[in-house]
Amino acid sequence: MTTVQDLPAVSGVKNIPISEGFTSGHRTCQGCESALVMRLMIKAAGPRTIVVGSTGCMYVANTTYYSTPWVVPWMHTQLGSSGSAAMGTAAGLASMMRKGKMKQEPINVIAFCGDGGGADMGLAAISATLQHDEYNLLILMYDNESYANTDIQVSGSSPWGANSTFSPPGKLHRIMNKRWKKNTAPMLATGHPDCRYVATACGSYGLDFTNKIRRALTIGGPTFIHSIDPCPKGWDYDPKYSHELGMLMVETGLWVQYEIIDNELVLNGPSRAIARGIRKRKPVAEYLDRQGRFAHMTAEDKKFFQEKVDKTWEEWWLPGVIPITQKSDE
Amino acid sequence: MTSVQTQPAQQGSEELISGSEAIAIACSLADVDVITAYPIRPYDTVMQYVSKLKADGVFDCDFIVAESEHSQFEIVKHASAVGARTFCGSSGVGWFYAFEAITVTAGLRLPVVAMVGNRALDDPGAFGVEHNDALAVRDLGWMLYWVATAQEALDIALMAWRIAEDPRVFLPFAVSCDGSFLTHSQAIVNVPTQEQVNRFLPGYDRGKLQLHPDNPITIAPQVNEDWLMEIRRQTDEAMQRTVGVIKEVYADFKAEFGRGDPSPFIEEFMTEDAEIILVGMGTLTLPTKVAIRRMREQGKKVGFVRVKYFRPFPADELREALGDCKAVCVIDRDYSYGSPAFGGVLFHEIRSTLYPLDKRPHVLNFIAGLGGREVRVRDINQIVDSGQTAIDTGKIEQETTWIAVRE
Repeated sequence: MTTVQDLPAVSGVKNIPISEGFTSGHRTCQGCESALVMRLMIKAAGPRTIVVGSTGCMYVANTTYYSTPWVVPWMHTQLGSSGSAAMGTAAGLASMMRKGKMKQEPINVIAFCGDGGGADMGLAAISATLQHDEYNLLILMYDNESYANTDIQVSGSSPWGANSTFSPPGKLHRIMNKRWKKNTAPMLATGHPDCRYVATACGSYGLDFTNKIRRALTIGGPTFIHSIDPCPKGWDYDPKYSHELGMLMVETGLWVQYEIIDNELVLNGPSRAIARGIRKRKPVAEYLDRQGRFAHMTAEDKKFFQEKVDKTWEEWWLPGVIPITQKSDE
Repeated sequence: MTSVQTQPAQQGSEELISGSEAIAIACSLADVDVITAYPIRPYDTVMQYVSKLKADGVFDCDFIVAESEHSQFEIVKHASAVGARTFCGSSGVGWFYAFEAITVTAGLRLPVVAMVGNRALDDPGAFGVEHNDALAVRDLGWMLYWVATAQEALDIALMAWRIAEDPRVFLPFAVSCDGSFLTHSQAIVNVPTQEQVNRFLPGYDRGKLQLHPDNPITIAPQVNEDWLMEIRRQTDEAMQRTVGVIKEVYADFKAEFGRGDPSPFIEEFMTEDAEIILVGMGTLTLPTKVAIRRMREQGKKVGFVRVKYFRPFPADELREALGDCKAVCVIDRDYSYGSPAFGGVLFHEIRSTLYPLDKRPHVLNFIAGLGGREVRVRDINQIVDSGQTAIDTGKIEQETTWIAVRE
């Protein structure tokens, strides 16, 4: 197994590295939270990093021939290939270093994918990659809750009831997307007990985000981070509220911030306070009402949504994380 | 469960091995860095041999059993981009499952070498050989070679890395081996020494295209209509350059290992004064040669041309070899439904190749041996008879004939 870089936790916003690995040249939308995620990701990882990006808006909007924003080596991979691309890159480096065909040094390998590429199409490849503890790599799933590059189509990670171009409210069917959002990070954590690091993250909490990237790259083996990224275009809100919506998602308990380090769950920030009962969850309607994609919802729909969120905190075995309860012997 | 038994092949010796084992030995001799496997018959025997060679410490590589053919080909694609020598393979619908990755590997100009253990495309399920799986990449920028013997499988694998990794080329290379007849059949193979291979095959140097922090390039950004045509043209030029590189590498191979045909692209058998020439690919060569030898004993002027490289397609060599005969009978172990002659893929390439000639032979098509059905000597006799009828009557009654099929 190749060695990992020493990337210590950053103690405060002022100590986040000044150097940029993701600069001008990209064409992401105003208020794009995923672009911030890319920027923070590579700031945290540093220049001795190879980034592989699967198809999605962070490929198509980001990297145009002759105007790439990537200062680090970057390569496109196919929509469902973030797992295999990360493993192929890491295996190539590891093999050549072991055989003396390349200078020995720790090189970070990060593959990113959207929710369509990760939670839907690429799930099997990510799962297979998380089994290979001989390779050091990070898979970052930036989740803007739709296939945002192709005109906003519903994905397995879209919220219940959201309006998308494949789930438009109509005269007969008000709610076209009847699937509840996939619980991706816990699925990967519980399914791959040897994977040393799985986390959720949100760009609204920049320092937390930076340090999660660093922990994932430093701990060794394959790791996974699921980031929630408000998307002005897909969620239909004024771009200036991206940060606020990310925070609202955490404060309403809809999104839970945590790390699973060596199979130990650590809740972060507001999620921790909510779990401990120190902080009360905000009503989910406060979050839903801010976005056009939920504008067709009735009071009853919102009540259903709230009850589903309540259940994740009140009935799940690990509140907000694992939706399993044990049947009593009675 | 029985794992394959490998007697570590003695280098510089003659071994009784299958085509799959021959390619596994080539992987070891070529010091391949990353190999990915996924099970599907019949190609996967090569990976059984590779895994045993690794387990026994004969061969050091990163051997990854992927969760699908798609990942199998994606993993080697990315390993190749950082400069690692790679090998993978598949068969039939498995090859098709990987098709997205296979397509972009050529688009990215990555010199992945893959073995295709030719197999019929399900449904209905069938393990036997057909060539439609490998042929599907013919338009995408893969070099495509059809092997006839286990010896040739080893030899072309060694050449494949050298040709594919040549900076003038940087294109992937598929070694097609007929399922069962080649993948599973043993024959005497001359295994070269490591020293010979080292002299012949240099390491893979991706140069300024290597993805590495010391060379922070961006690979495959969006180009759209602004640049795609120029990039397609570059790939086309690379494929055109393969012709010269293949000749160069073949000459070096023959000098180092002391075996080979006059041409790297085609093999000619008794064609010199032939009036009827059969054309085919892969292992049907053996029964065809037997039939032709017998017909020659009876005074019939018959010959055979085996197409080795399907891509690049050896148009010049074929015009030279076929241009003077009276009838060309193309045997396809494949089909192209709805094609101009409702015939096979090889046939249409041959007929198109011969079209510019001033004096064209009759070109007839025969679909034979699908799904692994044996092509027998009497089938070859029937094909030659059809060619003779075309010569005698001066016309082709039927462009495409299915051989040994129940009506």
